[in-house]
Amino acid sequence: MPNLLAIDYLLIAASAWAVIGLIGLVAPRNTRFIAKILFPIGAAVGLLAGSVALLALGGTPQTAVLVIGLPDLPFHLRLDNLSAIFILLLGMVAAGISVYAAGYFREGEGTAPGLLCLEYHVFLASMLLVLLADDAYAFMVAWETMALSSFFLVTTNHQQESIRRAGFLYLLIAHVGAIAILLSFGVMTSGSGDYSFAGMRAQQLSPFWASVAYLLALAGFGAKAGLLPLHVWLPEAHPAAPSPVSALMSGVMLKTAIYGLLRVSFDLVGTPLWWWGVVALAVGLATALFGVLYATVQSDMKRLLAYSSIENIGLLGVGIGLALIFHSYRMEGLAALALTAVFYHSLAHAGFKSLLFLCTGSVLHATKERSLGKLGGLIHRMPWVAWLALVGVLASAGLPPLSGFVSEWLLLQGFLFSPGLPHAWLNMVVPVAAAVVALVAAVAGFAMVKFYGIIFLGQMRETSLKHAHDAGPWEKAGLVWLALITVLLGVLPATVILRIDAATRQLLGAGLAERLQEHGWWMLAPISPERASYEPIIFLVTIVLSVWLGRWLVHHLYHGRTRRSPAWDCGYHFQGPRAQDTAEGFSQPIRRIFEPMFRMARHFPTARDKQPYYSVQVEDHFWHWLYLPIARLANWLSTLITSLQGGRIAIYLMYSFITLILLILVARP
Amino acid sequence: MSTALPLYAQLINLFAAVILLLAFAMLAQRRVLLLIDLFALQGFTLFLSTLVVAVKTGQHHLYWSAGLTLLLKVLLLPWILHRLVRKLQIKGEVEPLINIPTTMLVGIGLVIIAFNVALPISQLSHTITRGTLGIALAVVMLAFLMMITRKKAITQVVGFLSMENGLFLAATSATYGMPMVVELGIALDVLVGAIILGVFFFQIRDQFDSLDIHHMERLKDN
Repeated sequence: MPNLLAIDYLLIAASAWAVIGLIGLVAPRNTRFIAKILFPIGAAVGLLAGSVALLALGGTPQTAVLVIGLPDLPFHLRLDNLSAIFILLLGMVAAGISVYAAGYFREGEGTAPGLLCLEYHVFLASMLLVLLADDAYAFMVAWETMALSSFFLVTTNHQQESIRRAGFLYLLIAHVGAIAILLSFGVMTSGSGDYSFAGMRAQQLSPFWASVAYLLALAGFGAKAGLLPLHVWLPEAHPAAPSPVSALMSGVMLKTAIYGLLRVSFDLVGTPLWWWGVVALAVGLATALFGVLYATVQSDMKRLLAYSSIENIGLLGVGIGLALIFHSYRMEGLAALALTAVFYHSLAHAGFKSLLFLCTGSVLHATKERSLGKLGGLIHRMPWVAWLALVGVLASAGLPPLSGFVSEWLLLQGFLFSPGLPHAWLNMVVPVAAAVVALVAAVAGFAMVKFYGIIFLGQMRETSLKHAHDAGPWEKAGLVWLALITVLLGVLPATVILRIDAATRQLLGAGLAERLQEHGWWMLAPISPERASYEPIIFLVTIVLSVWLGRWLVHHLYHGRTRRSPAWDCGYHFQGPRAQDTAEGFSQPIRRIFEPMFRMARHFPTARDKQPYYSVQVEDHFWHWLYLPIARLANWLSTLITSLQGGRIAIYLMYSFITLILLILVARP
Repeated sequence: MSTALPLYAQLINLFAAVILLLAFAMLAQRRVLLLIDLFALQGFTLFLSTLVVAVKTGQHHLYWSAGLTLLLKVLLLPWILHRLVRKLQIKGEVEPLINIPTTMLVGIGLVIIAFNVALPISQLSHTITRGTLGIALAVVMLAFLMMITRKKAITQVVGFLSMENGLFLAATSATYGMPMVVELGIALDVLVGAIILGVFFFQIRDQFDSLDIHHMERLKDN
C-alpha cells in the first residue's frame, strides 16, 4: 500500500484489535476459535505495531486527526519518539502475552471467552490510543477506556467476593487518578480552551501553576503506576486478575502511566523546577523500598510479584526524579543518562515482569495453587516454565547479563554524577539516595530468590504437585518470546540505547549516542570508558564457559563415580518436605530487621499449647493510617447525609418547598 | 389601582380570588371526594378566567387553552380521580399530618410572602391580568403545602394537579399564557402523571394494604 505513514499502520493496528474483540462477541462461547485463532491474530497485530514503532524511532513526528469524537472536537493523534518507545514496548510485550493467552484461557472460567476477548483487545487498543493521543480529550477518553476494560478483565472471576472488592478498589483509585490528570491538563491549558498538546506546550505557565500541574500529574499518573501512597490497588488487583491480564497490567499498563508522567513533566509543562525532581525522587525511593520489603514477606506468588512491580515503578520514579533534577540545572547529558535508564528499565521491566506473571499463570493452572507454602520442587515437573522463569527472576534481581542489570546500572551511574549538582544540599543528599537504590536492588534479589526457590526448587510441599504438568506449546511460545526480549535487552544494551536515543534527544536535546558510537556494540560506556563501562557479552561468555567447564571437569574427573543422593542432606536422617524452609521462614530476617515498616499480627506457639501453631500476617501501614480513616470519614459524612433521607415524602416535599421559598425570597429583583 | 376598574378586570380579579379561596378550601377539606370536587371547581374557575382574558385580548390560542382546561381539569381528571377513589375504596377522611387550623395559618403566611414577591414582577408586566400574579403564586404554594401536610397519596396527587392550576394562572396572568406547544405538553404531562400515579396507587395498596404514604418510609436504604 503506497503512502501509508507509520501512524496509519498503528491506527490500523488499533482498529484491528477492536475488530478482533468484536469478532469474539460473535461466538462468545467458542473457546477454541477465540483462543486458537483470534488471540494469535492479536499477537501478530501487536508484533506489527511494535515493529512499526521500532522503525519510526528517530523519524520526524507524524500527526493524524480522527473524525470520531464530539462535533468540532476531533481526536488529534501524534506519533513521536517518546510514544514510539512505549508503543514498541506495548506491541512486543503484548505479542508474547497474546500468544501465551491463546493457550491459557480455558472453558468455564469466569467471564465468557468472547467477552474476555473483547475486553482484552479493547484494553490493548486503548493503550495504543493513550500513547498516540495528542490532545487532552483523546487522551482522557483512551485513558478511561483503558481503566474500564482492565477493570472488567480484573473481575473476570467476579463470582468471588474478594475479586469484586479488588476490582472496586482498582476502579476507585483509577478514577481518583483520572480526576487529577484531568485537572492537570486543565491547569496546563491556562484558560486558553485549547486542549491539544501543542496548545499546552505553547502556554507559558507561572512557576506556581506549572508546579500545580506537575504535582497533579504526579498524583494522577502515580495512582495508575502504583506510587506511594496510591499503590494499594496493585497487590489486590494483580492476584485477582487472570495471569495474562496481570502480565499486561503490570508489564504494559503501568508503563502508560510512566509515559504520561514523562509526557507532562518533560514535554508539556515547560522547564522544570529543581524541587519537582526531588519530590519524584523521594516518592520513588519510598515506593521502591516499600515495594521490595513487602515483596519479600508475601506468601502469595502473584502478590509478591505485584509488590515487586511497585518496587520497579519506584525505581522508575527515582530515575525520572534524577532526570528532572539534572534537566532543571541544564545538565542535559546527565539528564539523558537518567532518562535513558528510565526508558531502559521500562522496557526491561515490561519484559521480565510479564514473563514472571505468565509463569505464575502456568504454575497456577498446573497446581491450582497460588500460595507459596503449598508449592515447591516444580522444576522437575515443569522444566520449561522453571528455566524460563529463571531468566525472568535473574533479570528482576538485577543480575548481569540480563536486562534488569543494565537499567539499574545506568541509574546508579547517573547517581554517581550527582555530587556535581550546583546546589549545596542536593549534591550531598542525592548521592545518599543511591545507597537506598542499591539496598533496594539487593533486597529485590532476596525476594526473587524466595520466589524462585520456594516455587521451583527443593521438594514438593504437597503430594498433589506430582500431577503438575508443564505448559502447553502456545504458553511455551509466549514465555520463550518474552525471555528472548529479556536476554536481548541484557546482551545488546548499546544497540538498544542507540535506538532509544531519539526519544531522549527529543525531550532533552541531548543523548548518549555520540559517546556510544565511539565504541562497538558490545560495550556500554555512557560517559567514558575510563569512568565506567559494561560489556555484557563478556559476562555471558564467562558464565557459559565456567558452567560448561565445571560440568566438563565434574564429568571427567569424577567419571563413573557420580551418584545421586538427596541434596543438602546435612546428615539429617529423614528429610521430608516439611523440613524445608517455608515462605514465611525465609523472609523472617527481613521481617525482623525492618520490623517498624510492617504492621504484623503474629501468633507464637507456647510450650503448653495442645495444638501449637505459628502464624504471621503482614499488613500495610498505609491501609490503616491513611485509607481506613478516609473510608471512615466518608462513611460518617454519608451517615450524616442519610439522616436527611427520612423516607417520608412529606419531608422530601418540605425540602423542595423550603428551598423554593428561600430562593424566591433571596433572588428578588 | 383606581377604584373604577373596567368590568373585565373586575371579573378576572374576582375569578382569581375565587381560585385562591378554593385553594384554601381544599386545604381545609377533610373528605376526599369533596376535595376532588373542589379541584374540579377550581379548574372551572380557571377556565372562566382564561376565557375572559381570551375574549378581552383576542389572543387566539387562549381559547384553545381554555378549552383544554375545561376538558382536562374539569372533566377528565376529576372523573379519573373519582373512579380511583371508588375502585380503591378509600375511606372518606383525609388525615392531615398537621392539624388544619395550623395549616391555614401557615397558608396565610405563604399568601403574604407570595404577594410580596409578586409585587415587583407584576409592576414590570403590562398585561391586563397582572394583578393576579400574586394570587397565582399563592395558589402554587398552597398546593405545595397541601402535598406536604397530607398523608394519603391521593391528596398529594390533587395537590400536584392544583399546583399546575396555579402555574397556569401565573402564565395567563403574566404573559397571556405559554406558547401552545408548551401548554399542550404540560397538559399531556399532567394527564400521564395522573394515570401513572393511579397505577402506583394500586401498587402501593397491594404492597402495604394501605394508601398511607407513611408506609413508604420503609423503602429507604438501610
